[in-house]
Amino acid sequence: MLAEIGHFALILALLVAAAQAVLPMLGAARGDAALMAFGRSAAGLQALLISIAFAALMILFGQADFSVALVANHSALSQPLPYRLAATWGNHEGSMLLWVLVLAIYGAGIARFGDNLRATLQARILAIQAMISVAFLAFALFTSNPFARLSPAPLDGAELNPLLQDPGLVFHPPLLYLGYVGFSVTFSFAVAALMEGRADPAWARWMRPWVLAAWVPLTCGITLGSFWAYYELGWGGWWFWDPVENASFMPWLLGTALLHSAIVTEKRGALAGWTILLAILAFSLSLIGTFLVRSGILTSVHAFAVDPERGVFILAMIIGATGTALGLFAMRAPQMKSGALFGSVSRESGLTINNLILMALTAVVFLGTFYPVIMEAVNPANKISVGPPYYNLVFAPLSVPLLLLVTVGPMLAWKRDDAGTVGRKLLVPAAFAVALFAGLSLWLGLDKASSAFGLALGAWLILGAGLVLARRWWGAGGFSWRLVRTTPAATVGLALAHAGIGVTTAGISAMSGFAAEKILVMRPGETAEAGPLAVTMLGAEEVDGPNYRALRARFAVRQGGGESSLVSERRLYSVSGNQTTEAGIGVSIAGNQYVAIGDVQSDARGQGLVVRIYWHPLVGWIWFGGLLMAMGGAASLADRRFRIGAPQVRAPLARGLVPAE
Amino acid sequence: MKRALLALALLLAAPASAVLPDEMLKDAAQEQRARAISKDLRCVVCQNQSIDDSDAPLARDLRLLVREQIALGKSDAEVRDYVVARYGNFVLLKPPVEADTLLLWAGPFAVLLLGALGLVLWRRRAPAAEAAPLTEAERAELDRLS
Amino acid sequence: MKRLIFILPIIAFAGLAAFLGFGLTQDPKELPSQLIDRPLPEFALPGIADEPGGGPGLSSASFRGEPRLLNVWASWCAACPQEHPVLERIAAEGFPVYGIAWKDKPEDSRAFLARYGNPYAGMGSDFPGRTAIDLGVTGAPETFVVDRHGRVRFKQIGPISPEVWEQQIRPLMQQLRAEA
Repeated sequence: MLAEIGHFALILALLVAAAQAVLPMLGAARGDAALMAFGRSAAGLQALLISIAFAALMILFGQADFSVALVANHSALSQPLPYRLAATWGNHEGSMLLWVLVLAIYGAGIARFGDNLRATLQARILAIQAMISVAFLAFALFTSNPFARLSPAPLDGAELNPLLQDPGLVFHPPLLYLGYVGFSVTFSFAVAALMEGRADPAWARWMRPWVLAAWVPLTCGITLGSFWAYYELGWGGWWFWDPVENASFMPWLLGTALLHSAIVTEKRGALAGWTILLAILAFSLSLIGTFLVRSGILTSVHAFAVDPERGVFILAMIIGATGTALGLFAMRAPQMKSGALFGSVSRESGLTINNLILMALTAVVFLGTFYPVIMEAVNPANKISVGPPYYNLVFAPLSVPLLLLVTVGPMLAWKRDDAGTVGRKLLVPAAFAVALFAGLSLWLGLDKASSAFGLALGAWLILGAGLVLARRWWGAGGFSWRLVRTTPAATVGLALAHAGIGVTTAGISAMSGFAAEKILVMRPGETAEAGPLAVTMLGAEEVDGPNYRALRARFAVRQGGGESSLVSERRLYSVSGNQTTEAGIGVSIAGNQYVAIGDVQSDARGQGLVVRIYWHPLVGWIWFGGLLMAMGGAASLADRRFRIGAPQVRAPLARGLVPAE
Repeated sequence: MKRALLALALLLAAPASAVLPDEMLKDAAQEQRARAISKDLRCVVCQNQSIDDSDAPLARDLRLLVREQIALGKSDAEVRDYVVARYGNFVLLKPPVEADTLLLWAGPFAVLLLGALGLVLWRRRAPAAEAAPLTEAERAELDRLS
Repeated sequence: MKRLIFILPIIAFAGLAAFLGFGLTQDPKELPSQLIDRPLPEFALPGIADEPGGGPGLSSASFRGEPRLLNVWASWCAACPQEHPVLERIAAEGFPVYGIAWKDKPEDSRAFLARYGNPYAGMGSDFPGRTAIDLGVTGAPETFVVDRHGRVRFKQIGPISPEVWEQQIRPLMQQLRAEA
């Protein structure tokens, strides 16, 4: 019964979306207020209906109702409750339903929070959102129905892949979808602006919170995914340039560019065309990412059930959405008003260069991901692969000028500034970073110079962020608590986010230069060394888990002056027969100790257990930096200046201070 | 060095990782070379992993092959060529730099250069005119929003 | 000039869409063989018989004088039982089929043949997998068509279906027989 209710709700939602796609658009063209208002009601109704459908599916998963085919294929009686629930989106059909749910919620959000917008603009945005909804609802209903029944219903299901039976599954997909799908709003904004023929500062100011609303969860989702891979995959890798990872990274890169480009459009009316293009491309890349994951066009460790037929449907959606948007862009954008001019050294020019480098970085990831597909068509006899070595060679060097620029940007004045003035502001961070680089290179050896450079770059970024706050808090009369208290949330956001990039950069540099590894056969009582770690195996025994049997080994780890214990397991899951390894990880600010056992093996001294020992310096900084970036974005989102209509209390600025934005 | 040690024995799933002790070469320098070369070779039966990362039987065979060739005195390039002769360029995770892959290697830099060029040209050509001032309606709307 | 820049994105997108559409028709994991029109790599493999040394095995030198099929298989390979009847048909039609048991224990290989039948005129056992690497094998089953001069002319990735036999491999074998 519940499955049928869910199915019916979905069908109703499709009908509502179809109406929402057409009527408000007509209303905007004719100036008909009633039709435009209908858009808002329809958006709310659509969100409600899809919520009902999604709730129905989740309840079915929670109850382990195996008469529904999806539940039978991805859940089992022995599966713990959190993973029975999270399995709702741990498969193709359920995750498409999640996609549609997030799309509808964002649409309802535009209806609810968009009262300050021009009525015609809001109506058009809602109509475009609905068009996307119609496409995805049709896709879900006609090719990927989550409510299909299975008859006769089996007594127990095929369990969820053990790799997915993990807290990461509960959070990673929903966060990513809030990100990807969130960019549909900015896409709709861009297309609506093209239809209206103008992208004015008000439009940009209105759009900016929505960019952040998508960017923050996407940052969290990617960070969480990287963290999940680290403890999941057994040897401390945290990024693999896998096509599906790249599919989430590209919208993030362009989303970052969009965020900064929108600032210029809002403040000075410039770069409007570029902002629109970035908004279109960011969502297009989200769609292409969905295509990648589900069509089987590229091999990936993340691949969902791959189905070229579904791939055709999604490709048709992409051609419809992106093709129409870019076509409109080609026709309308040239006629749109050009914005204010700015000097070669100015905040605007800095942000323009920022745009450019981010687009080049996106091009790296894009070319690397899709080149094998292009080669298949151009020269089938010469099949190639593009893996981490390519990305490391091309992405890293290109990102250096961008990272250097990140600290310079906030120090630049709008419209016109002078290199000398900016240089003087940056003397302290620059001197510190250079000294750090020189010092580290000499102390750790010239062969580690690139890692030393990365660490110095991280310091440059963190100090630069601190400088933004320092310049705000030390006014004409010295340090002032009032200045601290009245710091705009967006300024705090900027500082947090830019510091976050620095922290991540430092973590990556340390990992690439100073990680240590030891792989060997060990017996109880033996000790092995890896970098600063001395690891002794204490013993091994068999244990039982909720749905698995495991061999568990215990270790004592000595580092510096301290000692701790770690445990690693090798598990065999009863239902699927899958084997997994669970690593023992000792976390600290300086780095992680990482021990993972393998199978029984023999070496020169007899039989023992394969043990892999790793030292991962500053690895936690990689994700902490991501967290800081997300917090920065959230702080900016909370800024009262964006809650349209809230009155502003402006604290007088000290002489010489440049407003943060 | 005092550190706040959170010994979270984070027991979270992972498939067994790749290189096993019984494959490793005795000579540390040679083993280093083998690991580096392995990281650049694709496991052709896997979903997008290097032979260093994969626990597939074929990956293990290839790891042993790489070490055998190194022990025979072959250079890094010769070892790579040996594997490419059998599987083609597909097995290289760093694609070769040739006519076919020119777009791949040069593309991003081209984007940057063309973009920079475009910016320079745009700045040269732009007249000194300022943006049109806001109309009354636009000014009112902006005031309302602020 | 200005218009040109704005048209660039949609043109690039059209190109991308075409590549993606084409990509949907391809299998990303299928690897074209490096051996086409090249000599069969040298190998001398032991047999799978239950005796010291495995009995008479298979060597590349023997691939002279007649076109042959070389089938790489294993008892652990899920698709091999499906392919087996087609191989028996091929052998019954008078075309020589030789086999290499890849990473398979001889007793497992013998059990498989006892269960499903033995269409092979000769067999080699490649337990270490080195010969398979020389052949560029990425999975089982794979089949090579070798001409009378010992050159590889065709590689079938995956099981040979009746259609593939009738439409591609048999005509090729007939052509190779007629060749000098």
